[in-house]
Amino acid sequence: MARYAIQILPREVILDTQGRAVEQTLKLQNLTVQSCLVGKYIELDLGESGAEGFQKAKSIAEKVLCNPLIERFTVQTLNDEVKL
Amino acid sequence: MKKVGVIRFPGTNCDRDVFDWVSGHNQKPEFLWHLDQFHSTDYEMIVLPGGFSYGDYLRSGALAARSPVMKSVREFAELGRPVLGICNGFQILCEAELLPGALVKNEHQKFIDEWAGLQIENPHSHFGARYESGNRLRLPIAHGDGRFYAPAKELKKIEDQGLVWLRYQNNPNGSLNNIAGVMNQQKNVVGLMPHPERASHFWMGGIDGKDFL
Repeated sequence: MARYAIQILPREVILDTQGRAVEQTLKLQNLTVQSCLVGKYIELDLGESGAEGFQKAKSIAEKVLCNPLIERFTVQTLNDEVKL
Repeated sequence: MKKVGVIRFPGTNCDRDVFDWVSGHNQKPEFLWHLDQFHSTDYEMIVLPGGFSYGDYLRSGALAARSPVMKSVREFAELGRPVLGICNGFQILCEAELLPGALVKNEHQKFIDEWAGLQIENPHSHFGARYESGNRLRLPIAHGDGRFYAPAKELKKIEDQGLVWLRYQNNPNGSLNNIAGVMNQQKNVVGLMPHPERASHFWMGGIDGKDFL
């Protein structure tokens, strides 16, 4: 078994209303940043590991977790084996 | 009497309104649950009402679009039969890729609940068939994620192929090209953010939605 982390971010700044709101609040507190994107973080625990598990996580992200018209994602393997 | 399937997901809240609206047109509405499956011949029309299906988790309409009943809706749509999505129903049809584009958070980040002036861009032969191109109408809107968005290339395709059904006269949410409703290429699946079912009696404040069915 292995755990995978999916990070999803808005594709364009114009789609990121949350990011702009957070940016504005930071600015009001004199914590000005160059940019701020707000997205989602999802962890999946899969039966498969290695290349097979990674592909499955990627496929889940493509088919359900992410809408490619408005979002982009990355997949990261957290650990290869989980000892029960 | 025409049998119309009205689909309910956990969190749908315009189902009773749609049910009464359909009944008022001398058609026979029947509720379908998100776990149901049906045969394409069981109904002559399918309506996906508004609400907050699955609590808007993940993205508005995302989880509903992948529920069991949508498999039947897809088969129904592929046969060229009429499917209408209102508000959250529109979001679900976009997430199911039965309609082009996506609905994202309103540009000003606020939920809006008001009447909107609309213009028919390309009339639809089944839904609101009495309206002609350029006709103006007023319908209620009530949404937080109603901003129509499509990447530039996709948006051009939607415009070029005449898939824009309705436009806002005064854009309330930042929708690209003022788009309030679209149809698919085969023109049997349509979706709109405004609520025609909430404008079907004078006591509601208007009747422009009465003839949408």
